[in-house]
Amino acid sequence: MTALGALIRRDIRIALRVGGGALIGVLFFLTVVVLMPFAVGPDLALLTRLGPAILWLGALLASLLTLDRLFMADHEDGSLDLILTSRTPLELTCAAKALAHWIAAGLPLVIATPALGLLLNLDMVATGAVALTLLAGTPALTFTGMIGAALAVTLHRGGLLLAVLVLPLSIPVLIFGVAASQAAITGPLTFGAPFSILCALSLVSFVIGPFAAAASLRHGLD
Amino acid sequence: MLIACRTGYHYKAHDHYQGAMKLIDTLTDLANPSRFLALTTRVLPWLAALTAVVLAIGLYQSALAPDDYQQGATVKIMFIHVPNAWLSMFVWGVMSIASLGTLVWRHPLADVAAKSAAPIGAAFTFLALVTGSLWGRPMWGTYWEWDARLTSVLILFLMYLGLIALWRAVEDPSRAARAAAVLTLVGALNLPIIKFSVDWWNTLHQPASVMRMGGPALDRAFLIPLLVMAIGFSLLFVTLHLAAMRNEILRRRVRSLQMMQASQTSEASQAGAVANDSMRDQGALKPTIGTA
Repeated sequence: MTALGALIRRDIRIALRVGGGALIGVLFFLTVVVLMPFAVGPDLALLTRLGPAILWLGALLASLLTLDRLFMADHEDGSLDLILTSRTPLELTCAAKALAHWIAAGLPLVIATPALGLLLNLDMVATGAVALTLLAGTPALTFTGMIGAALAVTLHRGGLLLAVLVLPLSIPVLIFGVAASQAAITGPLTFGAPFSILCALSLVSFVIGPFAAAASLRHGLD
Repeated sequence: MLIACRTGYHYKAHDHYQGAMKLIDTLTDLANPSRFLALTTRVLPWLAALTAVVLAIGLYQSALAPDDYQQGATVKIMFIHVPNAWLSMFVWGVMSIASLGTLVWRHPLADVAAKSAAPIGAAFTFLALVTGSLWGRPMWGTYWEWDARLTSVLILFLMYLGLIALWRAVEDPSRAARAAAVLTLVGALNLPIIKFSVDWWNTLHQPASVMRMGGPALDRAFLIPLLVMAIGFSLLFVTLHLAAMRNEILRRRVRSLQMMQASQTSEASQAGAVANDSMRDQGALKPTIGTA
């Protein structure tokens, strides 16, 4: 347990320091949201209607772009080899790394959401709903994305290949995240049903993600 | 099987056990690529002929099948569309089993099977999409409808393309094989979730505006040609897959021969370079000795 705690603390510290690049995700999120009105026009009513979808899409892309740092930096400086040879089960280590990555790169996106909601003319309820669904859904994005990050580091490829592999897997999260936000704003469905499924997707990804990433690292890096 | 019997274990044991050992023997024998190649060479012509016959019968029956009272002659697209759609999912299943073979048993032919199945599966998925959209034009009045089935098949197509991109991104086949195996298995777990979410998303956005196939039971006049076509297309997949596996094995042999040749020539040229260097060194040394 202490080893995992130390790993989480170390990863967060590295991500937040100079060269870590976790907060660039938030900047990217802001830029995507600012670009949207230029594409669809400054119509506030339309932006209100599209708001949850724009915020979700921005958060999805931002969390995708920070993913390739998850294992790459550790692989470059050799600490990934030490992690692989340690006695802690690799699945738990992967889960700890993903958790640290989510705290450093995913949570700031959720915190930034209320400010970005103002830009899209979302009211309090809508902003709260989007922030809550992002809080429940971004762990699923990080944990399924970790599989792609592990594949990318074993193949020494990143960037576009990672995006192409991970994005189809994130479609369910996007569907239920946006559906739950829309349900809270306009109805006709209740917020509970899609939100519970969103939480279920996150829980499933907690199981699948670490095992698949560990399998990929174990088979790929020997 | 013949080979398995020849090398079989000649001691008294339970039939059960012997049967299992025979199966393992057969799989181990097939793991030898040369034996697999010999078997494929023998089987492939017969399989191709059988595929052609069954597909010909299926097409003939499809042509004779009556027109639907609602859809007219366009219903005949179904005889091509449904087998393709069925195979698009079946091939992912074949790749998943092959991926288990790669990761768990490290069967030498498993990654060859997985790799050569991917483009064939992508082609079946693409054909399912194209025929579906051609069918949609007269039925729904549009080539593309964000219908739940079309959408989930489109996502399946994207995942096939991603998998092919992964195979093509890495030079070393065994390294790519393990990564692709992990991705295939994750995809197999995720495909039902994606299918479910897309169905849910679709019912949310457009309640029952599209035609529902399969509600009423299919008439015998449609069912029999459809089944024959399904068998024909499955045979087509087996034939193409075996041929693609054979080609992949041969391609890998050519690759390893080329690499061997390249390393030999580079060794030879390095040896030459070293010889040249040492001669030059000697030549350079002589004057220094002379001046000293």
